[in-house]
Amino acid sequence: MSREPYLLPNGRVLRYSFHERLVHWLAAIPYIYALLSGLAFWSPWLFWIAIVLGGTTIARELHPWAGVIFVIAVSLMHGMWGREMHETPSDKAWWANIRHYIRNEDDQMPSADRFNPGQKLLFWGFFWNAFLLLLTGLILWFPQYIPWNLRILRLLAVIVHPICALLTIALFIIHVYMGTAFERGSFGSVIRGDVSRAWADEHHHTWYRRILGESTSRK
Amino acid sequence: MSQAATEIVRISAHAGSVPGAGLNREFQVCKLVDTTTCIGCKACEVACLEWNGYTFSETTFNNSYQTMPETAWNYWNLIKFNEHERDDGSTMLLMRKDQCMHCEDPGCLAACPADGAIVQYANGIVDFQEANCIGCGYCISGCPFNIPKFSPAARKVFKCTLCNDRVSQGLEPACIKACPTGCLHFGTKPEMKELAEKRAGQLREHSGFADAGVYDPEGVGGTHVIYVLHDAKNPEAYGGLPKDPHVPISVRLWKGPLKWIGNLAIVGGVVGVFIHYLRFGPKIVKGDEKSGQGDNR
Repeated sequence: MSREPYLLPNGRVLRYSFHERLVHWLAAIPYIYALLSGLAFWSPWLFWIAIVLGGTTIARELHPWAGVIFVIAVSLMHGMWGREMHETPSDKAWWANIRHYIRNEDDQMPSADRFNPGQKLLFWGFFWNAFLLLLTGLILWFPQYIPWNLRILRLLAVIVHPICALLTIALFIIHVYMGTAFERGSFGSVIRGDVSRAWADEHHHTWYRRILGESTSRK
Repeated sequence: MSQAATEIVRISAHAGSVPGAGLNREFQVCKLVDTTTCIGCKACEVACLEWNGYTFSETTFNNSYQTMPETAWNYWNLIKFNEHERDDGSTMLLMRKDQCMHCEDPGCLAACPADGAIVQYANGIVDFQEANCIGCGYCISGCPFNIPKFSPAARKVFKCTLCNDRVSQGLEPACIKACPTGCLHFGTKPEMKELAEKRAGQLREHSGFADAGVYDPEGVGGTHVIYVLHDAKNPEAYGGLPKDPHVPISVRLWKGPLKWIGNLAIVGGVVGVFIHYLRFGPKIVKGDEKSGQGDNR
């Protein structure tokens, strides 16, 4: 697999390649547009958001397109991260110790690979919800083409679409909090791509050990 | 009907009683469609198009009198024909003028997310305000009668207004005016209900329709368009008139419990992570804080 080397000449570690960062933001920006416009349609108290987003009819027109770009980006993510996101036997121990993670007692956490089980949950949560949001969203995009005797599809869509959206919002809140305020260094990793060696060792010990091994074996 | 604004309740510095005070006026309007005297002439369809400024749509032929399968965004009034086979083997042509039912509990209004796109007037008319419509089509899903229709050109949804523009000026709806047999009536809800019940009674007693009755479905709180049917036990035979229409349960769940659960969850989530930050603070990797590599960013 040809890829950028993990260990950078400046002594830092490449966490996310340019391609990965690009795909991340290709998902994030349309998701945020869909989220905000979706919230406008969710509650009359938030309808003003649609006006800010270009007008109420424009927001209705763009919301599904933003969703389509989001789903494409999530599919690309599945292509590049899908294998690394699969559950491994050590995940159970990680979840069993989740309280230490929450309390910043990271020395008591089992070591994580490139993605820890929490990140895997985030990924699969977004992946499956994106899939359901697309299916139900297509129905809500073109309700006029659903024949009357198949109206059950519309009725399912109006309830499943917001449920899936709420689930992604739960993931989104935690993800944004962790990526910006909580886990210092991780926001830089998805902007500039790199983290410090100490960060990689602390948060993704198994991964860090492996790339160290790879780079030494290459020499 | 439209006079609610001019009814006087109190008068300043006025000696004596207020003229008309305490008068019980009935504002609720109703259209009565007597399917038993409809001859399927489609005059109501033409009047509807003429008054609302639409032209005829292309018709389809399916070996019956049915010219179009259902109402359209620019065709709000359509007679549904059904060649109904009766128990004795004879055929009966059922004809029902289909249009917006102007529900007391409108599913379209419940489902609509756009401020001011659907209004219900005190006289019972449920009207779309296309200027405020965002074209999302949720009303299409909310309606139990398959009435709101999306216009691809306008990218908004349209339906029968019960001639709100005419009714507010004291006129009857255009369809009523055109009906040659008198099967269409317009008046207050109690008047129309009474007339309908009387007609249903006639059908039961004198015409051999033992199950004749009035269609004014409770599930949507009653409607401001009511039908007299030969067989009120089988409204489905009249071009798919739902037996027990309701605002869809999924719309109710979505606009009711799910909204509260969702709002609490979103606010709870944001407050939750904030409190977590106050309590536990950030994860700063040991070594980074002194390394000057800026990983506290």
